[in-house]
Amino acid sequence: MGIFFFLLFAILAVALALTMVIARNPVHSALALMGCFVQVAALFVLLHSPFLATVQIFVYVGAIMVLFLFVIMILDIRNVTLQRFLHGGKWLSLVLVGLVGVVVVGALLNSERLARLTPHPSPLGGTTSEIGVAMFGEFLLPFEIVSVILLVALVGAILMARKEP
Amino acid sequence: MPQLVPLSWYVVLASVLFLIGLGAVLRRRNVLVVLMCIELMLNAINLNLVAFAHFLEDVRGEIIAMFVITITAAEVAVALAIVIALVRHKKTLKVDHMTILKG
Repeated sequence: MGIFFFLLFAILAVALALTMVIARNPVHSALALMGCFVQVAALFVLLHSPFLATVQIFVYVGAIMVLFLFVIMILDIRNVTLQRFLHGGKWLSLVLVGLVGVVVVGALLNSERLARLTPHPSPLGGTTSEIGVAMFGEFLLPFEIVSVILLVALVGAILMARKEP
Repeated sequence: MPQLVPLSWYVVLASVLFLIGLGAVLRRRNVLVVLMCIELMLNAINLNLVAFAHFLEDVRGEIIAMFVITITAAEVAVALAIVIALVRHKKTLKVDHMTILKG
């Protein structure tokens, strides 16, 4: 049951990520990435963190991807859609990525410490209050710093994107 | 008792998504798609963090994942503002045309 759902979401996520890479039109890329984020949110639910899944859908799908779509539609993209990939040095980067992939996946599948960890079948729910207690207790200072970073990014983005007089 | 998914599957899935994003960052020509691929890589990291938080029964992983999501939102806002300013000045979206900082 759990394995079936994991495989379903994982295969869909990888397929949508590949669609994002291959798609010619940036709007199609953005839509495929949106679907991929929804699959990852579903995986978060499988991992017993429904609150984080909700945050993922709100922030990524609701805010970030809509921002991307707005910018894609503001900018004129017709001249870039003709060429998808950079020319020159094609095989070097692909071979490099493939090599890194083989090493990482091989090391992960042969790791003994990873295999020793077993999941605990905890009931759904209750994690949201745990997150709240930890966030406003142990992580209060990082929380405040992140809010300041968000404010600075907001002001910076507005300053940079506005038309110069 | 349902069959449970081992941790290594989640980590392998996260690294596959990360590598897809990495390859696309190295190969794609459109700066908007490159930004989207960076999003995909950060999301793969989040999947790792949440998987380890669940398997180690530690809520701190989820909180760090939430911080990553917040920082990503800030990063995307700033990056898209830079892209808009750049397109206004240079009229191009191609990565290999953005070489102002090259000596």
